Amino acid sequence: MAVATRTARIGRLERPALTGVLVREIVNYSSYWKSSTFSSTVEPTIYLLAFGFGFGSLVSTIGGIDYVDFVGTGTVATAVLFSSAFPGMFGTFVKYQFQRTYDAILAAPVDTEELVTAEAVWIATRAGVYGCVPMVVAMFFGLDPAWGMLAVPFIGWIAGFGWANFGISVAGFSKSFENFNYVVSAVLTPLFLLAGSFFPLDDFPQWAQVLAQLNPLHHLVVLIRDCVIYGWDGWKDFLRLGALIVFGILMWRIAIFAMERKLID
Amino acid sequence: MPPELAIRLRGAVKRYGEITAVNGLDLDVPVGTCVGLLGPNGAGKSTTMRLLTAQSIADEGEIEVLGFKLPDESKMARAQCGVAPQLDNLDTTLTVEQNLLVFSHLYRIGRHDRHEAIERGLEMAKLVDRRDSRVDKLSGGMRRRLLIARALIHRPRLVLMDEPTVGLDPQVRQELWALIDALRYEGTTILMSTHYIEEAQRLADTVLIMSHGEAVAAGPPSELVLEHAGREVLEVYGPPARLAEVEAEAGAAGLRTRRTGTSVSILNVDGFGGLDGERRPANLEDVFVLLTGEEIA
Repeated sequence: MAVATRTARIGRLERPALTGVLVREIVNYSSYWKSSTFSSTVEPTIYLLAFGFGFGSLVSTIGGIDYVDFVGTGTVATAVLFSSAFPGMFGTFVKYQFQRTYDAILAAPVDTEELVTAEAVWIATRAGVYGCVPMVVAMFFGLDPAWGMLAVPFIGWIAGFGWANFGISVAGFSKSFENFNYVVSAVLTPLFLLAGSFFPLDDFPQWAQVLAQLNPLHHLVVLIRDCVIYGWDGWKDFLRLGALIVFGILMWRIAIFAMERKLID
Repeated sequence: MPPELAIRLRGAVKRYGEITAVNGLDLDVPVGTCVGLLGPNGAGKSTTMRLLTAQSIADEGEIEVLGFKLPDESKMARAQCGVAPQLDNLDTTLTVEQNLLVFSHLYRIGRHDRHEAIERGLEMAKLVDRRDSRVDKLSGGMRRRLLIARALIHRPRLVLMDEPTVGLDPQVRQELWALIDALRYEGTTILMSTHYIEEAQRLADTVLIMSHGEAVAAGPPSELVLEHAGREVLEVYGPPARLAEVEAEAGAAGLRTRRTGTSVSILNVDGFGGLDGERRPANLEDVFVLLTGEEIA
């Protein structure tokens, strides 16, 4: 028997497919932006205030800058992490496991690569914006404005893209919410503490400092501080930026692999 | 000239570990027809639907949808298909209109046509006056209508409906049948899975009966009934011992029987007058039970 007529071929990573998923996220965001913004900004701000004024009463300066400024810039990285890795993990899991949203999207002309990419782009965009909140709060406590601050949302976006894909990967490989506990305790918490957000790593043992070089969050912290306070540190900062880009690309491919395994049987 | 096919499956096999969900399935869906996949739970209907959207990848066999070979060209096929899934996957925190808006983007409807497509979807779902209602405030029937309207928003050439009326009350089911019937008359090709006999009999031009992942019979409902169950069925009621005797007598006369709870149905009794009982027209359920040995819920 004859088969119905074909039409034009559709390619990979197409703009209409990415736009479709992004529109869904943006429309959805209108229903939950208040709670999302609250959790993504208040938590790092509390860290900033607690560490800034808590430790700040014991330590006035670090590396020649006020401790509040040190923590204010460090907390930017924390805000980026919180507002990208966690939505990547929990949001993705809920959407495929409970809401079956991804089944609906994949029945349309969208493939898993486009779905994951658009989700990560959206989360990264939010993370880039939310990451600026602690910096703005720190300005109220004395952090001086600097032109380099304009780069913070972009650097936050790049790091957020990597962490969003990290979260999506975790969701893709996990069978239940309970598995997230292992990731939070064994991966995110050590990376968080070994980033140099709240204290410098200079006095850490050599092995810890070497490990820190493998921590994307550490590179983000240093980049933010250099942009906001110390100034761009030439090729060293380009290397750090490159590390974040490599991290993002690596996690992006892993997230696509994980979600294809999960969504296509 | 042979009919143009919207769907063509040849020897499709899908295994999940030890379980073979679809086992060498052949299926032809000619353009402009409504084909019903009829079978009990676990027959492989939903897996077949997932194979057609490449959300499941066949282990063996060939699958073509609207001329595109799956899974490689699935995205092109999906652009011209609409899918109404068995499980409600609407965005419940969004409004009715927002749900349609999102899918108008996902199905790549142009900016200038989007408004009209959404309005048409609202009318089709009979939800014009509920456009601003959140989906979690809608009744089950309204949600199901919206699910179908969402699948049709881009005027697809082919619609896949997985158990479109499962779990709905009879009145809502009738409404949806009218909606599906209207699509048939507009010339949209429909593949619909169901385990409701009446639904298949009323809506489908052709029925494919599935059991344990295999096709056990296919054809127009009336022809299937005539071929396998004849024109009339004799229902004999009585205690279990009597029913066993009836089965033995019918078997001796070369007639096929099936147990239906408190009675025995003797198939193809046209002209047979050996037993007392109630005569009724044969139906698709008789055929299904005869061929699969399974009762339909």
